[in-house]
Amino acid sequence: MRNWLYLHSRAFKQAFARLAGQPLGTLLSALVMGIALALPAGGYILLDNVAALARGVSGTPEISLFLDSGAGPAEAALIEDRLQSEPELASFRFVPREEALQQLENSGLKDVLDGIAVNPLPDAFIITLRREDPALFEALSARMRDWPGVELVQLDSAWVKRLSALLELGRTVVLVLAGVLGLTLVIVTFNTIRLQILTQKSEIEVSRLLGATDRFIRRPFYWFGSLQGILGGLIALAAVWGGIVVLTAPVAALAETYGVMIVLAGPGWVESLAVIAFAAFLGWMGAAISVRRHLAAV
Amino acid sequence: MIVFDNVAKQYPGGYTALDGVSLKIAPGELVVLSGHSGAGKSTLLKLIPAIEHPSSGTVWINDQDVSRLSRRAIPYLRRNIGLVLQESRLLFDRPVYDNILLPLVINGHPPGDAARRVAAALDLVGLYGREKEYPAGLSGGEQQRVAIARAFVNRPSILIADEPTAHLDPAYAAEIADLFKSFNSAGVTVLVVTHDAALFRQWTPRRVILAHGRLVET
Repeated sequence: MRNWLYLHSRAFKQAFARLAGQPLGTLLSALVMGIALALPAGGYILLDNVAALARGVSGTPEISLFLDSGAGPAEAALIEDRLQSEPELASFRFVPREEALQQLENSGLKDVLDGIAVNPLPDAFIITLRREDPALFEALSARMRDWPGVELVQLDSAWVKRLSALLELGRTVVLVLAGVLGLTLVIVTFNTIRLQILTQKSEIEVSRLLGATDRFIRRPFYWFGSLQGILGGLIALAAVWGGIVVLTAPVAALAETYGVMIVLAGPGWVESLAVIAFAAFLGWMGAAISVRRHLAAV
Repeated sequence: MIVFDNVAKQYPGGYTALDGVSLKIAPGELVVLSGHSGAGKSTLLKLIPAIEHPSSGTVWINDQDVSRLSRRAIPYLRRNIGLVLQESRLLFDRPVYDNILLPLVINGHPPGDAARRVAAALDLVGLYGREKEYPAGLSGGEQQRVAIARAFVNRPSILIADEPTAHLDPAYAAEIADLFKSFNSAGVTVLVVTHDAALFRQWTPRRVILAHGRLVET
């Protein structure tokens, strides 16, 4: 195990020295990889922010549960008990009919309401769910409609469905983009490693004469590809953060016109590590394919 | 023990480099192999570390049939054979130290032990203190000594050399021959291909002569 670690650390140093030994070539390759990765990574972050913005504009999707006009506090308490036992609920709030009337008056309909002698509005519960899943909204609404004392269940299903479809489309586009550009990244590494093998030809030949196994010879190339991928990943993250810095002010100004406060969020630790790991994997894959293809010819 | 049993080697195109060669070299023997250009000396030598494979016949190294070794097993065979070629085949972008260290790294020696062995090998070939120099700054004889140190640092039981003194002046050539003799005195089987029959004469080695791919004297 110690020997295995020693051989890997040596291969790592060798790969690092080769990268550092040709700074311009390394930078150009890493830039190509970084830009290729920045597009899907940026797209993913954009989707997250769009979802947040949409929620900010239209509010969190809700279910409104209206009680029978004849329902009293006992029925309301019963429904509250049922709501408390629902695991998918994030929160719910009881809106008494008096409060609903007050809200309606405050919304500019006071003159109209003054002409009505009796409050026509029912008591209601406003419910939010843990997940924005249209199927879950439908299922819960259908169940609640059968509860005693419930007159009407209204849900934001159309809005949720539209947002969900839009985000799903966005995610698919990002996935396709990641696949296509990931392939580009593999090709870039494949070609870089091909050139590396050509320049290291005499070292490979000598190493073989001295008893080096294929694994020993391949190891520095795998590290080279992975390191180049990591560099590309870091450049991609820097590009995404750069984009966020540039877009924050205009997006905030746009959001303000809708009466919403929004601050663009960048990739978190998990997303950042995922981008770097994905880039390293693609670099390794490009190196592995190239080494398999070209080492046999040396 | 190195055994060639009725070994023949034909190259694509029909050229016959070796034809029915049978030869036994005992452990600890010093053998000088000579012959005219194209006699098959280098081919014979290359069969030992499985750089080339016989077209027919068998090559045995320490009771191991080299001609039937799998591709994966060949590196492990080569780790027990020191190889010195006509050209030093050094890595010119690495200092002398790294060149000599390479076989030890390949063989997975711990760094501390490897450093001690490199120092001893440098001392043996008279290059101690010059380990940080690059091969391009060394003379032809010094480069060949680095190559010999690299071949010997792993303490192989067999040392084979293909014209190791070909491009050297007589004084350097004699130094290199001394080195091979000192390895042989330490119990290493040494097989040297050389045009210079006088070089090893003082140690009365066993002489093997090849002509047109056949043994004419053993």
